Amino acid sequence: MKLTDEESAMLAGEQGPAHQWAIQHQVAVGDFFDAADFVPVAQAHIMADTESLGLSGVKWLEGLTAQPARERRLRVPTITDPRGLDMASYKRLKQTDGMADLEARASAAFEALGVLMTNTCINYQTVLPPTRGEHLAMGDTGVVIYSNSVQGARSNFEGGPSALAAGLTGRTPRYGFHLDAHRIGTRHFRVDHQPRDLADWGALGGIVGQATNSYWEVPVVSGIERAINSDELKHFGAALASFGSVAMFHMPGVTPEAHTLAAAFGSAIAPAADRVVKSDFDAFFGKYAAPGDKVDVVVFAAPQLSIIELQQLAGLLDGRKVADGTTLIAATSPENKFAADRMGLTARIEAANGVVAAGICFYQSYAREMAEANGWQRLLTNSAKLVNIIAGYGYQPSLASMEACVDSAVAGRIV
Amino acid sequence: MPIILKCHKGIGPAVTGMALVAEDNFSARYDLDRIKGVFSRPAHKLAGKSYVDRILVLVTAKGGVASAWMLREMAERGMAPKAIIFERTNTILAQGAAFAGMALVDRFEDGCPIELIRNGDELLIEPDRGQVTILNRDA
Repeated sequence: MKLTDEESAMLAGEQGPAHQWAIQHQVAVGDFFDAADFVPVAQAHIMADTESLGLSGVKWLEGLTAQPARERRLRVPTITDPRGLDMASYKRLKQTDGMADLEARASAAFEALGVLMTNTCINYQTVLPPTRGEHLAMGDTGVVIYSNSVQGARSNFEGGPSALAAGLTGRTPRYGFHLDAHRIGTRHFRVDHQPRDLADWGALGGIVGQATNSYWEVPVVSGIERAINSDELKHFGAALASFGSVAMFHMPGVTPEAHTLAAAFGSAIAPAADRVVKSDFDAFFGKYAAPGDKVDVVVFAAPQLSIIELQQLAGLLDGRKVADGTTLIAATSPENKFAADRMGLTARIEAANGVVAAGICFYQSYAREMAEANGWQRLLTNSAKLVNIIAGYGYQPSLASMEACVDSAVAGRIV
Repeated sequence: MPIILKCHKGIGPAVTGMALVAEDNFSARYDLDRIKGVFSRPAHKLAGKSYVDRILVLVTAKGGVASAWMLREMAERGMAPKAIIFERTNTILAQGAAFAGMALVDRFEDGCPIELIRNGDELLIEPDRGQVTILNRDA
């Protein structure tokens, strides 16, 4: 990689061991991906829940904080993805004090580094939305795909260590989605069955993601017949990234780098489309179907809920109670939780015996240990991303609309 | 004369070990029981199999940025794969391998590694040279 004088100085250790580690790590990654040089970034976003950090990762972070303050200074605003647990609700979810202690240590270490503890995977809705052409170092695949596709910003999937490195150096290797060449559509899908609700949008993301199945492909999705709101794009993108490791999509007429179908393919003629039809949706939902089964836990998360989704959920729960033996959890960002408290939404959800958790996203929260402690197996959600992830943690996941999820939570079985 | 496969320059140290091959993908978060050291997602083609100290040979890395932390955490507990070979990785596993000091290579010159390497093959991975040697078979 071609380095500036400042980057060479960092690599030589002239700005201390933290910056030296950061740029060494970035050079190793940049060389692997044939990056020519670095590009300055406007923000970094760190995925670092304690379940994935483990004790070793927390100790490593604490080691960074032991460096002199000026030698571990962050150069760009650096924010966080959801945490491993919510201090206000972890006991109800039977997470342990040991987990909470580790979480407190991790948060203290990040705060000592100057990281803003936003604890959210919907920063594009709630913190400082990325803008077109901004280079970023975003963790969380859902954040990256939304930033690249919907907002026209530029980021690769940056794992926690790499995002922290970018925060320290203020730059990232210029490869992948920082380059024009990687942002052009490579696959074409035409939607012949219009999604109706958030679960449908997630299912569409899952269908296209399974067919695309590569970080280096950019699917173009045509045939959408109406304007799409941010929550719909959020569920679509999160599932597409989860099922396919996809970091960018185009939707002609919707996303900013594809005002037409031809533009999505770099002004070339669009290739023949794979059709997505109703039976594809039926098959997708069918894989997770378990009608009549007892439902142990109903989860609204992955990504965290917007204030609009929380309002919808509160409306569906008004005057009803979640069945004994079933737990209902909604996860949102800390800022949305404050808003939901202030607007009375939390109280309405809790009146139905639901839990509103802040700063977590369920699957990043010791999901296996929660399942074992609570005796949970059957999980119902309207998040396609979550059904993809959670089976590996020992759950039997099912996918349904928010309305059907609430009806099932009240009945205690999948209706 | 052992079989030599050329690939893109990789990440991490040179290592030897036994291949565990599947036409499937990889995410430390989605696919593994990291306490027991086995693949745990029921739909994964290696479900129930131990990955500890094996060289995984898989198609690609899948979503989930958590793997970047998890590889190092698993390695520190002695419950990690020895190395990973992909047809093509995503960014997360490359970053995670760099953070963990784990060998990782991809982009082979002669085709897909899951077709070139057999389950149980003894491999020497040399990331700096962009080379994987199959030690137990002759060309």
